[in-house]
Amino acid sequence: MFQEAPPLWKNGPAPGSFYNFPNTTFSLLQNSSSDAFKHSQSPVTTATSIIALVYDKGVIIGGDLLGSYGSLARYRNCPRVLKVNENIILGAGGDYGDFQYVKALIDQKIIDEECLDDGVKLKPKSLHCWLTRIMYNRRSKFDPFWNNFVVGGLQDGAPFLGTVDKLGTAYEDKIICTGYGAHIVTPMIRGVLDKNPNIKRAEARALVIKAMEILFYRDARSFPKFQIATLDEDGVQVEGPIDVSQNWQMATLIR
Amino acid sequence: MFRNQYDSDVTVWSPQGRLHQVEYAMEAVNQGSATVGLKSKSHAVLIALKRASSELSAYQKKVINIDDHVGITISGLTADARILSRYMRTECLNYKYSHDTYLPLNRLISQLGNKMQVCTQRYDRRPYGVGLLVAGYDDLGAHIFQTCPSANYYDCKAMSIGARSQSARTYLEKHIDEFPSAPLEELIKHGLRALRDTLPPENDLNNKNVSIGYVGKGQPFKILNENEISSFLTLISGEERRGGGAAGPDQAPSAAREDPAGDEGPRDPVPAVAMDTE
Repeated sequence: MFQEAPPLWKNGPAPGSFYNFPNTTFSLLQNSSSDAFKHSQSPVTTATSIIALVYDKGVIIGGDLLGSYGSLARYRNCPRVLKVNENIILGAGGDYGDFQYVKALIDQKIIDEECLDDGVKLKPKSLHCWLTRIMYNRRSKFDPFWNNFVVGGLQDGAPFLGTVDKLGTAYEDKIICTGYGAHIVTPMIRGVLDKNPNIKRAEARALVIKAMEILFYRDARSFPKFQIATLDEDGVQVEGPIDVSQNWQMATLIR
Repeated sequence: MFRNQYDSDVTVWSPQGRLHQVEYAMEAVNQGSATVGLKSKSHAVLIALKRASSELSAYQKKVINIDDHVGITISGLTADARILSRYMRTECLNYKYSHDTYLPLNRLISQLGNKMQVCTQRYDRRPYGVGLLVAGYDDLGAHIFQTCPSANYYDCKAMSIGARSQSARTYLEKHIDEFPSAPLEELIKHGLRALRDTLPPENDLNNKNVSIGYVGKGQPFKILNENEISSFLTLISGEERRGGGAAGPDQAPSAAREDPAGDEGPRDPVPAVAMDTE
């Protein structure tokens, strides 16, 4: 009768099996008293869609100010589009706490760079890559940052727009919408940009406002106050809060 | 046993405020064969003189590729240079992985400087016995950096280090105004002439003992092969050699072994060679 050999040393591997290094996710899982092991978090205070697109000479990012607690519209002033440096703007959706943590990492990175004072400034492509590394690293520990990030900026004068999600999936595109907006407003924005790929800043701004309006009507986690960040040769501008112009007249038609 | 009372350890100060062990390490750079670095607005060029340690051995490699945008030449202990170049390669690679772009030159050099400085302040370390000329191109343009065993580094317009390199520096100083606007070919020719000035009259450059590397705008760091070197050597072959390269008033007071001694007054005793330097 085959009998399993004892471990080679205490807590060591049995002959022919692998050694589990202590304090890794896997060994904690094996040694925990119950079979269940909590790998991942779930989001708590969340923010919804980010709308971003490239116009002829720059990029624009919009996002509303709501921090939801589940379906409860809990916090009404959570800014999540911001300036990173002179040539990068950032938008974030998902868990607001995770966003604040990652933002602190980014801010520190910018400060470190400022301290070097060597004339080299972080570029959007580099930040996008760096964020991707961070997001992928955390998902590989089964403990992801529960966010969607949208990085916009000017890469050596040319507009750049890229995104990373909680799995570390990253891509660049001319139009990026996250969350519910990815389903509900990307087709509308694509329709406009297909007809005219080089829209001006004012048109792009009107388009984002339109998108925020559509989202306010259709996304149950949205809010009628939002911010817009733009970046082009004139520099960074973060505007807001801007109000969605609401019209509920049609509501009376519904019975 | 000791040349003076205060050189027993890297961490020992002399009353004059000097660190003798670090200064001895600096001498290792002067023992290595000469190398020249110079730059224009768009390119940085490295030119090195290679030695063969014996009739039977190949010429020692002097130009090392670090990344697409950086290369180095070495003078001093080759083995130490290999450790430093491995470190620089790792740093460049890590930066490329995390930032999807090339590591800016000044950051690479300051990181290298920090690494080297540690060795001048700890009793259980020794300074790196090698000097580097680092050529690179980044968003801020072309660069030539010089690093020393003392962990000092310098941002240079042009520089030469190694045995009898003073002659090359004299040449570079004389022509410094021509470099910024010079095309790549002229830059290489200037570098070869500067390097040739370090040779004794009976020797000359050839495609075996010269190494050329360059980097520039849209040009990844490239080390030339023997044929390509030959074509550059022909360009300067007809020219008359300046001063014959022998001991002039501008000759380096270095302790290079092949230096013609005698006309330079009293010299430091040359220590026994523990390791061959290239």
